[in-house]
Amino acid sequence: MTQNSLGDSVVQKTVQAQQINNGVTAAATQTQPLWLLAEITYRCPLHCAFCYNPTDYDKHTQNELSTEQWIQVLRDARKLGAIQLGISGGEPLLRDDIEDIVVEAHKLGYYSNLITSGVGLTEKRIQAFKDGGLDHIQLSMHDITEEINNFITNTKTFELKKKVAAMIKNHGYPMVLNVVIHRYNIGHMKQILEMAEALGADYIELANTQYYGWSLINRSQLMPTKEQVDAAEAATNEFRASSGSKMKIFFVVPDYFADRPKKCMNGWGEVFMIVTANGDVLPCHSARSLPNMRFPNVGDDDLGWSWKDSPAFNQYRGTNWMKEPCRSCDEKEKDLGGCRCQTFLLTGDAEAADPVCSKSPHRHLIDKAIADAQNPQLQAQPIVFRNDKNSKRVIAGELQERLEEFHALP
Amino acid sequence: MEHHIQHTDIYALAPHHRFQWEEAQQSYVILFPEGMVKLHGGAGEVIKRVDGKATVGDVVRELKAAFPDAEGIEDDIIGMFEMAVGKAWLRKV
Repeated sequence: MTQNSLGDSVVQKTVQAQQINNGVTAAATQTQPLWLLAEITYRCPLHCAFCYNPTDYDKHTQNELSTEQWIQVLRDARKLGAIQLGISGGEPLLRDDIEDIVVEAHKLGYYSNLITSGVGLTEKRIQAFKDGGLDHIQLSMHDITEEINNFITNTKTFELKKKVAAMIKNHGYPMVLNVVIHRYNIGHMKQILEMAEALGADYIELANTQYYGWSLINRSQLMPTKEQVDAAEAATNEFRASSGSKMKIFFVVPDYFADRPKKCMNGWGEVFMIVTANGDVLPCHSARSLPNMRFPNVGDDDLGWSWKDSPAFNQYRGTNWMKEPCRSCDEKEKDLGGCRCQTFLLTGDAEAADPVCSKSPHRHLIDKAIADAQNPQLQAQPIVFRNDKNSKRVIAGELQERLEEFHALP
Repeated sequence: MEHHIQHTDIYALAPHHRFQWEEAQQSYVILFPEGMVKLHGGAGEVIKRVDGKATVGDVVRELKAAFPDAEGIEDDIIGMFEMAVGKAWLRKV
């Protein structure tokens, strides 16, 4: 899945609706974890080059939480106010207890969403999910062509995805498609939208790749040009205007090509809580890439304490942690200084301004990344696919050269 | 988009939408794929009565009876229907 697939569109809609209701609805600062994302396993049959999962995920494939532990997490998070539940991964269907988790989620009143590649979804399982009260399924699609689908996922899954899409539709589920956009499919925007329409999609998210984890290693191979992004957005708008389609389309703009950063996760510890396969509790998917942080774990720590009081969740809440140029910036409430993980990964300083921002003294790093993506030598480097072998290589320090390109670390 | 709401119209929640009271938020919410909205008190009272059977007129009458002191309530109720239909939270039966 993508960094974005759950988050941004949801929050935008919540926020929009609050504005429409004249702001009568909610406090200015949301301090409840409305969204719980259960990254239930990091095991995955796909090997997508753009995966945001940690490159050392192989460390977390042997110590997954048990069914009972997940059920306790669901209960505790619900008490804290969580309503939307994303069951994600890796590929969640590699666990055989998703049926039990779905039943419990429904009992507790969650609106639950299975975020899947579709691999492992059978008639029997989807029927059990339907009976258990799963509310929707978000399916990742990769391209209109078999070649690109199979290339970018490093698997032969194209035909399977079309079958699974039909299965989801036949069981009366809303069809929610997520397509990660990168250099290899960005030229096919119109055709991708037509495919989604033909499959009967109700929602489609066109999520431009964001660069964390595996996608950061493969950045020069994945990043499109500014012209390609503009053309893709224009094609999307053209489709919206001319197709008469009722499909809801979300186009997630890539922040490297913007001059202000995104309000990452709608703010650190504001609405999102992520529990990882091994029970770590995180304010964002990539938070473990930050230095000198100890994140709570459901095995040791109370979930309420984790959200409200843990040092990690309070570290970057609000604006007090900021330094210049953010501290005195009149837009600081708007984007909260951008993404802490991206900032650290690119500048080596987690408290600097997001380098995407044109006011950041590190903006040249983003401009260099955009230029590097046009460098034929860098483009020609082989893609490092997300698989156990490569993850073990990362853990062993073997891919250091590729990693160092992106870090301004000592 | 203009949605002309008639007193004889009947609405239901749109498919894949769920309406529920949230204790932790102390508000009603509508949940749907990829999102949710919190409804302030008045909006919640309107949607609570939308069940695929009651007409808009029924909802107006019920709310006038339930909140006799609220002035100009009918315009607010129709406005809420217009917004909810415009947002595709409701479908016409």
